[in-house]
Amino acid sequence: MRTTARASAYTALNLLFFALAGTALLAWTYDLTHETIARSEENEKLKLIAQIAPPATYDNDIMKDTAQLAADKLLGGTGTTLVYRGRLNNQPSIAVLQVIAPDGYSGRINLIIAIRSDGSIGGVRVVSHRETPGLGDYIEIARSNWITGFNGASLENRKSGEWKVKKDGGSFDYMAGATITPRTIVKAVHKALQYYAQHRDEMFANVEARRAVPLLPAKEK
Amino acid sequence: MTYQGIKDILYNGLWKQNPGVAQLLGLCPLLAISNTVVNALSLGLATTLVMTLSGSGVAAIREVIPNETRIPVYILLIAVLVTVVQLLMNAYVHPLYLVLGIFIPLIVTNCIILARAESFASKNGVFASALDGIAMGLGLTAVLVVLGGIREIFGHGTLLSGIDMVFGEAAKSLVITVVPNYHGFLLAILPPGAFIALGLLIALKNWLNLRAERKAHGANATVAPVEGGCSTAH
Repeated sequence: MRTTARASAYTALNLLFFALAGTALLAWTYDLTHETIARSEENEKLKLIAQIAPPATYDNDIMKDTAQLAADKLLGGTGTTLVYRGRLNNQPSIAVLQVIAPDGYSGRINLIIAIRSDGSIGGVRVVSHRETPGLGDYIEIARSNWITGFNGASLENRKSGEWKVKKDGGSFDYMAGATITPRTIVKAVHKALQYYAQHRDEMFANVEARRAVPLLPAKEK
Repeated sequence: MTYQGIKDILYNGLWKQNPGVAQLLGLCPLLAISNTVVNALSLGLATTLVMTLSGSGVAAIREVIPNETRIPVYILLIAVLVTVVQLLMNAYVHPLYLVLGIFIPLIVTNCIILARAESFASKNGVFASALDGIAMGLGLTAVLVVLGGIREIFGHGTLLSGIDMVFGEAAKSLVITVVPNYHGFLLAILPPGAFIALGLLIALKNWLNLRAERKAHGANATVAPVEGGCSTAH
């Protein structure tokens, strides 16, 4: 009896030890890498912004002309987000919004969306996602040009019923094998346009605050 | 480790016990992804890397693990290794991560990794287990690439599309258009196409085995049926 108890205790402790050792290793690796990862994701994002907001569309320093936007369910996230504001001759010309599509096939999809002053899409890019590789990853510009299908779309030239994938009766393409992924992105882009239509003026107000002050709360209203 | 031992491990992984066409293990994620050559190669290489690490890891700790809890410990070890590899790749080889790294979380669900940990690494040394991981991984990669090639030709009419993601813009010229103006054949791209193509590959391997055996033993030899199959749901 005693030996059984002892063997059980040994087994349990052994398992506990490996669980702790595994957790420690993961925590250490995370600590070692998370800053580098955040930096390279930030760099990726800046590259993507340059793709969808071409330099000809603005003459200010778009990376520095930012404002905090309060959380809004049309933007998908729960925290404040940064908007990059492009101006041409001091007139608003393009806004780059950061939007979250919350219901992808495996979690959130982070998007950036450039919207021109006439309310049409300058471009959409996926910043990060966890969709199934080989199936749902065609949303990345590096893998397919599906995402360019949004270019030029606006609330005027597409009625609200058209903001769906073709399978659901809308006007946006999708690829067989993965429809949940494009569906959530179409929805998120549609909502971002609605947000832009409602908040355009306040988004571009506050001209003095041209520097990014990410720690301050939104002061637009 | 003898020369013969090394040769046996390589032969088992690449041909005799090939995970793709003989053991038939871990097919669910693999069949889904093998729709182009480049996807298949990416997933195959990522799997090989993880299998090599998990094999040597399991072999290194095999003597201190009680028999009753070995499976949970193996799974724990594999999951930790996979996450560590993913984080390190993301931080230090970011361009490679963008291509290969996204396949890595998918590998945890692949039961060939656990199967090799249980049936090989838990009974062999660190070096032999690492070698087994490489051999099994490459065997799997080879099958996946052939499968990816067949499906890509029939499905898209091209070969090596997406290669520029792995080797840079310059490699774009390597993309071969086998059938110009091809309209696509959906069945080949979807999972049923993968099963049909894999079935043909298994038949081919069995036929080759049968022929080799006939040659060796005369006309009345019989071939052993394909064994295994993974009952684990993913």
